[in-house]
Amino acid sequence: MSHDNPNDLLYTASHEWVRREANGVITLGVTHHAQEALGDLVYAETYPVGKRLEVGDTCAVIESVKAASDVYTPVGGTLLAGNPTLAQTPEIINRDPYGEGWLVRIRTESGSALDGLLDAAAYERLLAEGH
Amino acid sequence: MAETTPLYDLHQKAGARFVDFAGYLMPVHYGSQIEEHLAVRRGAGLFDVSHMGILDVAGPEATPFLRQALANDVGRIAPGRALYSCLLNDRGGVVDDLVVYALAGGGYRVVLNAARKAVDHERLATLAQPYQVTLTSRPDLGLLALQGPEAVRALPAFFGDALAGRLAALRTFAALETELGFVGRTGYTGEDGFEIALPVDLLRRAFSTWIESGVRPAGLGSRDTLRLEAGLNLYGQDMDESTSPLESNLGWTVAFEPADRDFAGRAALEAERREGVGRALVGVYLTGAGVLRAHQDLVDADGRVVGTVTSGSYAPSLGFSIGLARITGPQPETAWAVIRDRRHPVRWHHPPFVRRGHVLVPAAAGR
Repeated sequence: MSHDNPNDLLYTASHEWVRREANGVITLGVTHHAQEALGDLVYAETYPVGKRLEVGDTCAVIESVKAASDVYTPVGGTLLAGNPTLAQTPEIINRDPYGEGWLVRIRTESGSALDGLLDAAAYERLLAEGH
Repeated sequence: MAETTPLYDLHQKAGARFVDFAGYLMPVHYGSQIEEHLAVRRGAGLFDVSHMGILDVAGPEATPFLRQALANDVGRIAPGRALYSCLLNDRGGVVDDLVVYALAGGGYRVVLNAARKAVDHERLATLAQPYQVTLTSRPDLGLLALQGPEAVRALPAFFGDALAGRLAALRTFAALETELGFVGRTGYTGEDGFEIALPVDLLRRAFSTWIESGVRPAGLGSRDTLRLEAGLNLYGQDMDESTSPLESNLGWTVAFEPADRDFAGRAALEAERREGVGRALVGVYLTGAGVLRAHQDLVDADGRVVGTVTSGSYAPSLGFSIGLARITGPQPETAWAVIRDRRHPVRWHHPPFVRRGHVLVPAAAGR
């Protein structure tokens, strides 16, 4: 992988990334690899603010020209915000998957574990294995 | 293991991302499907469609054979002209849709969908039994589609000025056999363009020459969105052996006159006409955000399912989503597409949505 997956993020095998913010809040998006595999994104829909999410629940749907993909949360909690710019410019996910192209913020339950997620090196090993 | 076309390494060099299509590893895009789509609408794009089947029909009875085998009438075209037609089963279902070229030297060349080659060959061989004809598959030929308003201007790079001039003079659906391949002014994008059948060495040279001269390589992804905007059916998605051409917005391709031309499937289509065609293939578009996809239901104001989307996508030339849908019974004035259990209002639009660069659908939609 020539493209850098930031070291301060955690990753899932289904190609989401998670950033730890203050006060038990996380920001979630999809990885560079995911946006590249999906191709030009033309639509993104985040789930409603206030929605309760269990581990593995869908928190957003993103659609490329070709297909729709569910985005899953690896942590439980309450959906705090969806990225408001996605409705007008879903292609921001292609351009800046780790920055402006974030999808949702989730307030995690107190003590919810982020272990089981991959660090950048482990995620890149996963990609190298062809997943 | 999927097959490849003779251009596989050149696609790799051009940055292709591949997809398995009908058993062939084909470029789906070379970086951006949307940019390739827009390049074909505004400039020129080059598709490798060598996975498609080419079948030559020769012999003294080639014309009567094809007049019996195909739902459209090759008797209507002169040598050097092409015709779009369905090949039907005895129930009037579509076995394949194809383009048949009447060759200047006699005989015909038929271009078939990749996924249907084997079935088509079998059907045509059966229908050919009473006739003095030979059917010759041409896996030695590859096929390129040079498409877009600038396609004419791209011709000289490969063909040279003299030959390019002759090709530029071809009318739509005309064809010419040249020393650099068999060229038809045909395509599947709704734009001007050419389809060129070539032996492998020339195929590779043509592809490289055009890419080096600035023509954008375009993958099957953009080919699909271009054809959908142009309102052209995709076999296996918008029609198949269980649907008739009359239910597939292809009634115009069935030549019922002359009445004594007893083409394969005719009796079934006549019965269908007598009894009333129950289903129709129509165009739809979303008025808001979202993306129509195949297999989504369309419902009326009472929530009754009135049809199903057969092809749907975001339309890069329009900025909103369009589709084709098969409707059963009367078409309600208002309808909704059910996307992830939510209803999204749609409007009807008789295809095409875009043709020759012109947007033909009102710009009521938008995200």
